[in-house]
Amino acid sequence: MKTSSSHPTSPHLQIYRLPLTALLSVTHRATGVFLAIGSLLLIWLLVALAEGPEAYAQVQPLLQSWIGQLFLLGITYSLYFHFCNGIRHLFWDVGMGFELETVDKTAKLVIVVSIILTVATWLIAMGIE
Amino acid sequence: MAEFSLPANSVVKKGTDFKASDGVKNIKRFIVYRYDPSTGENPYTDTYEVDMDTCGPMVLDGLLKIKDQMDSSLSLRRSCREGICGSCSMNIDGANTLACTMAISDIKGDVKVYPLPHQPVVKDLVSDLTNFYAQYASVEPWMKTDTATPPDRERLQSKEDREKLDGLYECILCACCSTSCPSYWWNSDRYLGPAALLNAYRWIVDTRDEATGDRLDDLEDPFKLYRCHTIMNCAKVCPKGLNPAKAIAETKKLLVQRKV
Repeated sequence: MKTSSSHPTSPHLQIYRLPLTALLSVTHRATGVFLAIGSLLLIWLLVALAEGPEAYAQVQPLLQSWIGQLFLLGITYSLYFHFCNGIRHLFWDVGMGFELETVDKTAKLVIVVSIILTVATWLIAMGIE
Repeated sequence: MAEFSLPANSVVKKGTDFKASDGVKNIKRFIVYRYDPSTGENPYTDTYEVDMDTCGPMVLDGLLKIKDQMDSSLSLRRSCREGICGSCSMNIDGANTLACTMAISDIKGDVKVYPLPHQPVVKDLVSDLTNFYAQYASVEPWMKTDTATPPDRERLQSKEDREKLDGLYECILCACCSTSCPSYWWNSDRYLGPAALLNAYRWIVDTRDEATGDRLDDLEDPFKLYRCHTIMNCAKVCPKGLNPAKAIAETKKLLVQRKV
């Protein structure tokens, strides 16, 4: 918002101690953006698969490099976090789960479940390899 | 577009240290935001060493002790000193609250006091709430009716219908909720904010009000209502224990329900 140039704006992000619920809200948005970027990688992967073994052989080393693996881990966690917190939003959309104790409990639940799902997915994926 | 940093004229500098007199043993340091409009200088924080042995229990007691005994130039709003007027709302220890109901002993370390976040500052802890009050007025917070008032009695309401207003009518318009909301920080020119929306809902669910449809029409807007992303800062800070996020969700529900 524009404020009168003669008056200073009071500090906000600089001084506010954001509660867990607010941190999850920021993370929800950040993971959403990251998933949009990640979907480009997925499309690239699918195009390479469709084009044949030579094209796929070019993509594979990149995905297996440490930076590629880190990116994939980021996408996995983003997907599960966004999914779990999205369910939390669905409950809110029907007017449920607004009590202060409940929002804190579901916030912690989202964090724990998204980590468990990420670890489980990677353990299964590494078992298949 | 949201600006996450402060403009050049708003960056907070370091101010003066006000030491406690010799022999004072029980000291609590108050770090207080200061801005003097007459100088044109940037805001700064002054540090006051307050003698806790001769100070009342609440942050407001500490601030008034500073004003009375250490630095009379400190400006702040206060009135009832018991959490009903909403005047002494400010940012204490990183969260918005009323200085009169916040105990100094509940704060670990120094007591950091700032004006309500992301508002134009008039002087020190006094922020300009013109926009906040205009948004409250814009929801037309009074009973609107088409039918004539019964000549022999008031407009009656069942006990159950009256109970729908509990958790809504208690709002004291301190602005703690709206100025705690990041969405309000970035969009307060178009987003009404939790306080105005809670009060809008208070009239939407009042069974005696006959303008429910108009009220909902007015809120059906990408910015006025839908900038709420359920961040929950509003409900976390409300000194009256109200839940604006819940009221906003119920309003969104009513907007969907009347379409199906």
